[in-house]
Amino acid sequence: MSRLHVVSGKGGTGKTTVAAALALALAADGRRTLLVEVEGRQGIAQLFETEPLPYEERKIATTPGGGEVHALAIDPEFALLDYLHMFYKLGSAGRALKKLGAIDFATTIAPGLRDVLLTGKACEAVRRKGKDGRFVYDSVVMDAPPTGRITRFLNVNDEVAGLARTGPIHNQAQAVMRVLKSPQTAVHMVTLLEEMPVQETADGIAELRADGLPTGGVIINMVRPAILDHEAVEVAANGQRAAVAKALSQAGLGGARRGGMAERLVDPLLEQAREHAERVALERAQRAELTGLGLPLHELELLTDGIDLAGLYRLATDLRKQWPT
Amino acid sequence: MSMDVAPRLDIDVLLDDPETRIVVCCGSGGVGKTTTAAALGVRAAERGRKVVVLTIDPARRLAQSMGIDALDNIPRRVEGIGGDGGELHAMMLDMKRTFDEFVEAHADPERARAILANPFYQSLSAGFAGTQEYMAMEKLGQLRARDEWDLIIVDTPPSRSALDFLDAPKRLGSFLDGKFIKVLMAPAKVGGRAGMKFLNVGVSMMTGTVSKVLGGQLMRDVQTFAAAMDTMFGGFRTRAEATYRLLQAPGTAFLVVAAPERDALREAAYFVERLAADQMPLAGLVLNRVHGSGAEQLSAERALAAAEILSLAIDPADPDDAPANADYPPANAAEGSDPAKNRPGTENLADCGFVDPPSGNAQARNPSAADPDVSPTSADTSAERLAAGLLRLHAERMQVLGREQRTHDRFTALHPEVPVAQVAALPGDVHDLAGLRAIGERLAVPLERTKRAAG
Repeated sequence: MSRLHVVSGKGGTGKTTVAAALALALAADGRRTLLVEVEGRQGIAQLFETEPLPYEERKIATTPGGGEVHALAIDPEFALLDYLHMFYKLGSAGRALKKLGAIDFATTIAPGLRDVLLTGKACEAVRRKGKDGRFVYDSVVMDAPPTGRITRFLNVNDEVAGLARTGPIHNQAQAVMRVLKSPQTAVHMVTLLEEMPVQETADGIAELRADGLPTGGVIINMVRPAILDHEAVEVAANGQRAAVAKALSQAGLGGARRGGMAERLVDPLLEQAREHAERVALERAQRAELTGLGLPLHELELLTDGIDLAGLYRLATDLRKQWPT
Repeated sequence: MSMDVAPRLDIDVLLDDPETRIVVCCGSGGVGKTTTAAALGVRAAERGRKVVVLTIDPARRLAQSMGIDALDNIPRRVEGIGGDGGELHAMMLDMKRTFDEFVEAHADPERARAILANPFYQSLSAGFAGTQEYMAMEKLGQLRARDEWDLIIVDTPPSRSALDFLDAPKRLGSFLDGKFIKVLMAPAKVGGRAGMKFLNVGVSMMTGTVSKVLGGQLMRDVQTFAAAMDTMFGGFRTRAEATYRLLQAPGTAFLVVAAPERDALREAAYFVERLAADQMPLAGLVLNRVHGSGAEQLSAERALAAAEILSLAIDPADPDDAPANADYPPANAAEGSDPAKNRPGTENLADCGFVDPPSGNAQARNPSAADPDVSPTSADTSAERLAAGLLRLHAERMQVLGREQRTHDRFTALHPEVPVAQVAALPGDVHDLAGLRAIGERLAVPLERTKRAAG
C-alpha cells in the first residue's frame, strides 16, 4: 500500500484542492496524514482558511473518526538548514553560509539540490517513526509541481548524479530515490475532461513510466453532469420547438406564442444546450482517452460555487468512496 | 463593488499601433496564456503586422497548428496567415540552446568549450529554477535587436511564481556575480576585504564545510565553472539590465491573462501590483473563458423552479427521477435563496461531517450520475423533459455567470483603472489556426456583442 501520494497535474486543474481532499480522505478512521506543499504558494493555508503555514508541521484539520491532517509548507532554504543541522550539526555555520549566499546558491540555483531537499523532507516524514515504533504519519500527500516538471522533480537521482557523483548529497539522493521508486509511492495525476490537460496527463504518465516511477491513479476533477446530448438537442430544435415553448410556458415562464417570453427563451436555451452537448461529446472522447491509460480513474464533481471548507470535505468523502482500500 | 466599471481594453488599437513593438503575456498556469499569445499573433498578422510569437512551452497540438513542433529556437513562418503585408512567425524557446549561444557569444572559443562541457553548467543551463525565465528574456532581447519584426509577442514561462521572469535576470546575475562564487574561487582574497571581516574566521572552515556537504568533486566543478564564467559576469549583468529596461520602455505592453476564477484573478491582481512597482507598462487584463447567456433575464432560481414544475408534471410520483435532479436543490430554491446554499449535501454537512461510505449517502453523489450513459437521451424526449433539461442547463450557466461576475467585480474593485478585455468561452478546445482566429476575434470584440451573436 502506498504511503507517499504525490499529486501532480496541469496548472488550473485543481491539484492543490485534490491533494487536500486526498489528505482528508486518507485521514479517515482515526488515521493521521501529512499534507506537504513544495512550491511556496501557501495554497494549503488558503484552502483550509488558516494563516500562512510556517516551516513546521501543524495540525490543520480533523476528521470525525478522530483522524488528523497535518500540514507543512516545505521551504527549500529551511530544509537545507534543517538538513545541515541534522546530519552535520551545523547550527551557526549554516547561518553564516546563509549570509554568504550559499543557501541561495544551493536552493535556488542548482535545481537538483533544491529538489533533493524538497523530496527528501517528504520522504523523511514517510519513514519517520514515533517512540512506539509506529509510523508517525499513516500517509503523506504532496502537492507537487505540475505535470510538465514532475518527472524531473522526482527523478532527483538523474539531476544530482551529474553534479554530485559521490558524497553526502549523492547518498541522500539515492536514499530518496529508493523511497520514490518503491511501491510505497504513488504519483497521481489530476486532470479535467479537456483536451490539453488529458494530453499532458498521458504524456506525464508515459514519462513517469519510462523513468520507472510508480504511477497511481488519475483524478478527473470538476466533472459536470451530462444533462442533454446532441440527439436530444436536435430533437428539441427540429420539430419540438413549439412543444418546448409550450412546456416552458406551462412552467410559468410566460407566453408560448410567437414573441411571448417562453417562445423567446427557446433559441438561447437551445444554443446553450448545443454548447453543452458539444462539451459532453468532447468529454466522452477524453474519458475514453483516459481509460486507455490503464490506471484507476476517480471522479470529482464540479462544485459550482467554488471551493470552501465544506466543499473540500465533500470532495474528500467522494474521493474516499472511490479510493482503493 | 459592482459599481466600478472597468474600461474596456481595445485589443485592435493595441495591435494596430505601430508604436507597440512588444506584447508580454503573463499570468498563472492554466489560464490560456500561450493560446492568447498565439491568437494575438494571428490577429496582428492578419491586420497587416509582421509578427513573431515566442512561446515557451506550448501544448503539442497548439505548437503543431503553428508548425513549430520542432524545438529549434528558429522563428518560422506560419503559412496561411497574413494579409496587408502581415506575416506570422512563431518559435518555441530552446532554453539550453539559448544559454549555449549566449556563452559562445561572450567567451573565447576555448573558454566556451570548457564552460559547455562543465557538468555544473549543464545542470544550470538545463534546469536552473530561473533559467527558462532568464533565457526567455534573453531571447526577447535578441529578437528585438534583430529588428526583423515589427511586433514581438511573448508568452511567459509557467513559473512557480508567475513573477519569476521579472526576478530571474537579477537572480541569475546576482548569483554569477555573487559573493559565494567569489568565495569558492578565491577564499583567501575575500577574507581581507573591508566589510567582509566577519567572515574571516569562518571562511576556510566554510569552504571546508561546503566541500564536505557538496562533495569534493562537485565543489571542484563549481570552482572551474565559476572561473570559466568569470569574464562573462559583466555580460550577464549588462544583458539582464538591458532586458529589464527594454520591458519598461514605451513600445512594450504587458497583458495580464487570467480566467474568471478566484485563484487566477488573485494572482492577476498581485501581478498588476508588481508590474506597477517595477514600472512596467501594463496594457490591461485579458479575462479568458467568460461565459455568457442569451437568456440572462431568466435567473437560475426561476429556471430551476420551472424545471421542477415540469418534472412533477412528467412523473408526479417520483419528482426525482431525472438523474440530474441530484445536482440541484428541491423546489424551495424558488424562494429566492442562493441555489448553491441549498445543494443537498452542503447544508447538512455540518451535521454529519466527514462520514463513512455506508452512512454517507446524504452528501455523496453517485459518481455515475455524471456518466453520459445514464443521462436522458433521445429515447426520452418528451417536450417537458427536454424543456426541463434546457432549464437545468440554463440554471447551471447562470450560476457560473454569477460566480464569474463576483470574482471579476472583486478584481475591478481593487484595480478599477485596469482595462479589461473579456473573451467569451468556446465550448471546445483550441488547437488549430481557425480556433486561434476565433479567439482573436473574441479578444477584440466586446463580450456583449459576442454573447448576442451566440444567443
